[in-house]
Parts: sequence; structure tokens; C-alpha cells
Amino acid sequence: MSKTPLLDGLKRYAKKRVVAFDVPGHKQGKGDKTLIDVFGAQSIQYDFNSSFHLDNLGNPSGIIHEAHQLAAKAFNAKHAFFMVNGTSMAVMVMILASLKEGESIIMPRNVHKSALNALILGGAHPIYVNPQMDKQLGISCAMDADDVINTIQENPHAKAVFINNPTYYGLVTDLQKIVDVAHHYGMKVLVDEAHGAHFSFHEDLPVSAMDANADMSSVSLHKTGGSLTQSSLLLCNESMDYHHVLQTINLLQTTSPSYLLMASLDVARAKLQDEGHEMFTKIMELSNYARHEINAMGGYIAFGPDRIGQLGIFGFDHTKLSIHTQGIGLSGKKVYDILRDEYGIQLEFGDVSNVLAIISVGDRSLEIERLLAALQDIKERYAQEGHSQSIQEFIQPQVQLSPKQAYSRESEMVDFSQSYGRISAEMIMAYPPGIPILSYGEVITQAILDYISFGLSNDQFLMGSHDPTFTTLKVVKED
Amino acid sequence: MELWYTEQQTEHVRFSIKIKQHLFSSHSGFQQVDVFDSVEFGKFLTLDGLMMVTEKDEFIYHDMIVHVPMATNPNIKKVLVIGAGDGGTVRELLRYPHLETIDMVEIDKMVVDVSVEFLPQTASQLYDEKVNLYFEDGLKFVRSKVNEYDLIIVDSTDPFGPGEGLFTKEFYSNCYRALKAEGILVNQHESPYYPAFERNMRRAHQRISEIFEVAQVYQAHIPTYPSGHWLFGYASKGIQPINEHVNTWKDYGLKTKYYNPALHIGCFALPTYVIESLKEEYHD
Repeated sequence: MSKTPLLDGLKRYAKKRVVAFDVPGHKQGKGDKTLIDVFGAQSIQYDFNSSFHLDNLGNPSGIIHEAHQLAAKAFNAKHAFFMVNGTSMAVMVMILASLKEGESIIMPRNVHKSALNALILGGAHPIYVNPQMDKQLGISCAMDADDVINTIQENPHAKAVFINNPTYYGLVTDLQKIVDVAHHYGMKVLVDEAHGAHFSFHEDLPVSAMDANADMSSVSLHKTGGSLTQSSLLLCNESMDYHHVLQTINLLQTTSPSYLLMASLDVARAKLQDEGHEMFTKIMELSNYARHEINAMGGYIAFGPDRIGQLGIFGFDHTKLSIHTQGIGLSGKKVYDILRDEYGIQLEFGDVSNVLAIISVGDRSLEIERLLAALQDIKERYAQEGHSQSIQEFIQPQVQLSPKQAYSRESEMVDFSQSYGRISAEMIMAYPPGIPILSYGEVITQAILDYISFGLSNDQFLMGSHDPTFTTLKVVKED
Repeated sequence: MELWYTEQQTEHVRFSIKIKQHLFSSHSGFQQVDVFDSVEFGKFLTLDGLMMVTEKDEFIYHDMIVHVPMATNPNIKKVLVIGAGDGGTVRELLRYPHLETIDMVEIDKMVVDVSVEFLPQTASQLYDEKVNLYFEDGLKFVRSKVNEYDLIIVDSTDPFGPGEGLFTKEFYSNCYRALKAEGILVNQHESPYYPAFERNMRRAHQRISEIFEVAQVYQAHIPTYPSGHWLFGYASKGIQPINEHVNTWKDYGLKTKYYNPALHIGCFALPTYVIESLKEEYHD
């Protein structure tokens, strides 16, 4: 059984029955029992604040430091840091710790919002790579490693490469190849590994960022690793300076981190070390079984390793269960809604053409059979004639100002038709497939205006705009 | 020393039987399986600590889950039984010589094995040549079947353990497709009395009613089940539960301890509070 120094420290501290004249004010539920009634005595009993015995997340030297070291070892990293502000913050720390204002970073166009937010805070310049599109499935794939390498060679001044690996759908790029080339050019490789917390624990899963020798990685342990929601890990290799990373974390992170979240990271890491291999073997079996059965039903496509080798797809995470639904004439969103409303089954998401089920340690074959029976039933009862899917290409952005410059300048709302040629002061995303059409500091081109018009008349969700009717767009004021 | 089996029937109600001997105890991977011997009820089987079948009162349950549907249609040839690992349902079905095939799907092989070993009264005919035994999830088995069965009997546990999937819309809907045009579905339908069971009852009835043309409920009195008042669901694509065939059932010449044609008609007459509860819409 692996050690859990942080959990053990909490237990020891609780046993001391220390008289608490410090925060939190609920004093472990002594005065008002409401929290205990709602969440249980055990959890409230451990809701402490940093103190001499319990260490300090901002400058760890005791039980948190020990827990960090064990986590680093488990994930084959030099350093690990517990994050209580989610993986979004870990992503921001990676970018802020690696780039100074005005430096450039290569990143996929469909990067998570947290990465763009880090550009606004830190002033780095984005150089975008368009991920490949799978037109049959209507999804964006990982970045093709060759596209990334071309971009590196065209922009040797860039300081870092940012990669989403795996994608939400479980597709991975050739990470090792990108790391080798990027390091040759002296660039750091930062990996958003939010959906790959389990990669370190099974040889049949794609290579993890740390194993591929990337410089930093953000791992959502709460997604597929079993810790509490909002808890996450930031991992670094020896190329990163520990104190610089810690300092950057402390710019963003709360000074009152929750010990429940931190202890859950400690416990989840120990569990992964002890039983992760067995767990993920079982999860892959369940997922592969479900994929096989769904493909045998006809109509649906539960895609998997068959897509490796095309569109830059280098590997596949077998724990993921994505199902293309257009073959029964229904959008993924429709199937997602029917499953929830008619069958009491909640999936992770549904988009124009696909639904995604997260299969995790919590699942048994009983639940898988319910999903399969419901999908069969939906096919029999709701299938209809072909459904059109409009999948848009990425538009190559023209970045005029850094996101930070655009964000900090005066802005104004101008008429949609008058916005041509102006610089955007907002970010507009198209869902699906989660493509940013426009971001801070980018020139509004005719292609972009056409795309927005098309999206509006085709019931596509366009999100993030200041004016949801798109009568006006928010642009940087001209001097 | 006294040894008692106690079932927590609700948070505030317990039901106990004095035990002569604890004959078997093991976890199957699906559920905790136990067999006891008692003076009052003979040998009995529990799953996850909940009463499934006793030698003394099993005739009530098995008469009612089998003879009611069999009496409504003399042309039943092929039957699917889901659950029913103790074998009592199959035993009663095999008394109809015109019946050709019984597919029985039990998720937990251990239930069949211990029944064969300790409860031969119910399990003795599980390996009859007309019976095909499948050890798998009923939900999975029925998913691929279309227009195949005249009768489906769902003899399941409560919807909290491995039996949960057998109370779902996807299950009933797939059963509907697995049935022929004259098909009938009969299921263990929980109880109207204690609130937790009453919710299960209403939910099952609502889901079945949404799918089947005919959906009715009938009752029996089972001493060892919570409240003693137990229900069964009768659903079909058209055959009514009370019809001209019921009176000719006696021509089969079967001797039964609980079931008879008059009771068949009577068991569909429900207490007022049950009728009202079944009418009430179920919300999760």
C-alpha cells in the first residue's frame, strides 16, 4: 500500500484535538451541525487551514512537500505541485512560467480557454496550428506532429510549444516526435494533459507527457484519476526551475487551499499506484466491449484505434467511448438529450455528430449494459433518414496584437457590417466543433464575417461574444 | 444461544426468522448469497441479505408469476425467463407439456448453483432438456432478440442491486421487441405499502404503460416479503389478462396450492389506495 503522508497528517492532527482559534470558522462543525449533516462528520473534521503541523501549499516543506514528491515519482516527473484551482490554473502556470511578455508560443487553434487567458495575463504572442479535421466524424483531431514541426521550423524564435494531448475524444498526436524537435530548437513543450491523468499507469495507454520528456504537463487528476472535482496536478521535468514555478503558482493560487481537495490528490495518487494498472485494464475491457457491441448494432460508429495513422492521429486512448450518431439520422446532441430525458443516462457531452461517455473506475458492466440497451432502443425508436452535418474548416487567424495588448486597450462596439478590417477585442467560439473563430488581437476578415453569418443561419452555437445577436462586434478602438 | 436472520425491510421495520443453521455464505462478485435453514419457513435463500425464496411460501410467488400468464393464452410455446435462479418459475412452467422452449437468463451462476445444492424443491428441473440456461445480464440478452418469445417472465431482485437494469425503460422496450404479436410480459412488481417499494412499483408501472398496449397489475400475499402484500405486472400487446381462456385452465388438470381461475379474476381487483397510487404520475 503506497504512502499517503498528507492524509495521514490530517488524521494525526484531528486526533490531537487541538483547540482551534484559527480559521475555518465552522471549527470542524462544532457550533453548527449543518455542514456535518450535509457532508458527513469525517469530511468536515478534516477541513483545516494551513498550520505548523499541516504545512503550507504556498511554500511546502512538510507533509505537502512529501505528498508532492510521491506524486512526482508516480508520474515520472521531477516535481509535482498540487493544484486546488483546477487544471485551468495549471495550464496558466505552465504558460506564465515559460514565457515572458512579447515572446511567442506555438499552440493549437482549438486550445482551451485557460491557455488564451494566460496569454492575456502574460502578454505572450500565439502562433496557431490548425488541428486536422475528421470530416466523416465531424470532429477536430489532434495537431498533426508534422504540422507542428513545420511551424517550429518556420518560427525558430518561439519559446514554447503547447499541445492538447489527448483530445477530449481520446486522440493523441506523436508527442515524442514533437518534443524531440522542439527541444532541438530550444523550445519548451507544455502539455495540456487534462484528459490523460491515467496515461502513466498502463502500458496499453498512449505515452504520458512526462514519459515523452515534455517540460511541463497539467493533469486533471479529478477527471480520470479519482480525486475530487477542482483538484489537479502540475508536473515538471528537471528543465524547469522549481522556485520559479512555485512563485508563478503563488501568483494565481488561493492562500487558503482546501485540505479535502489536497488529501484527495494524495489518496488518488496512492490508489493509482497500487491499483491503477488493474483498474485501467478493466476500464479498457469495458470500453472495448461497448465499442464492439455498438458497432455491431449498425448505424452508430464507436470509433477507436481504427483511425490511427490518418489525420495526424498517432494513438488512441482505449478508455474513451465516443459514438458518432449521424448514421441513425440524429445529432449527438439529440441522442445525448434522449438518453438523459428518457433513460436517465447522463453522458459527458453531445455535439453535432457525436456523444462521449466517460468510462471510469466507478463503472461496472451493469451500467455499460444499460447504455447499450438504451442505444439499441433509441436506434429502433428514433432513427430517421440522413441528417446533414456541416463541418467548418478552421480559418487561419491574422494576429495583429497580442491578446494582452488587445485586452488592455480601449474597445468599442461597432456594427457587424462596419467591423471589417478592425481588430477584435473579444473571443468568439463556434460550438461545435469548438473552433475559435476570432480571438483578442485578431483582424476581422471577410472570411470570418462570412463564417459568423453562416453559423447564425445554420443554428450553430456561437459563444463568447459581447453582443449575442451579433448586430455589433467588440473591437479595439483606433487611435 | 439463539441465531436469528433479520431483514431490515425499511429503515424502521425489521423482520426476523429464527435460524437452525446457516448453510451457505459467499459473495458471488455480484451480490452476497446466503442459505439458511429454519423451523418456520424451512430452507431459504437471501441475496444481499434480502429474502428471495423460502421452501414454505415459495408456492405463492411461483404459482402467480407463471399460471396467471399461462392461463391467458393457450398458445404459449417459447418463454424467456429472466432472473429466477432458484428454479421455481421454470419448475411451474414445465408443468405445461405444450410449452416447447424455455430460455432462462440469470446473471449470477452462484444463485443457480446454491439452489441446486440446497433448494432442490425449486431447483430440481433447471437442467431439464427444454431449458436453455444462460448466465449473463438479462438486459444484454434481450437487446438482440426480435419477435421471438410468446412470454417473458421477469423474476428479478429489487431494483437496487444487479436487478436495477431490469426495471428500466430500455429493458421493457427491448422486451417489447423480443415478444411476438401475441406476447405477454409478466414481472415482479414490488409492493404498494412501504414508500420505497411503492415508488419502485409506480415507476415500473409507468414505464411499462408507456410501452405496452395492455399494462395491469395483480396481487398476492407472500408472508416473507416486506408488508406481505406483493404485486406482479401483466403487460401485453393485446391479450387481456382476464379472458375466455381463464375458465378452461382447469382442463390442464394441474394441481396448485394458491392459484385457481376464480383467484385469477380476483387478483386483478386491487385495493383503492393501490389503484390511486398506480394512477399517480411518477417523477424521479
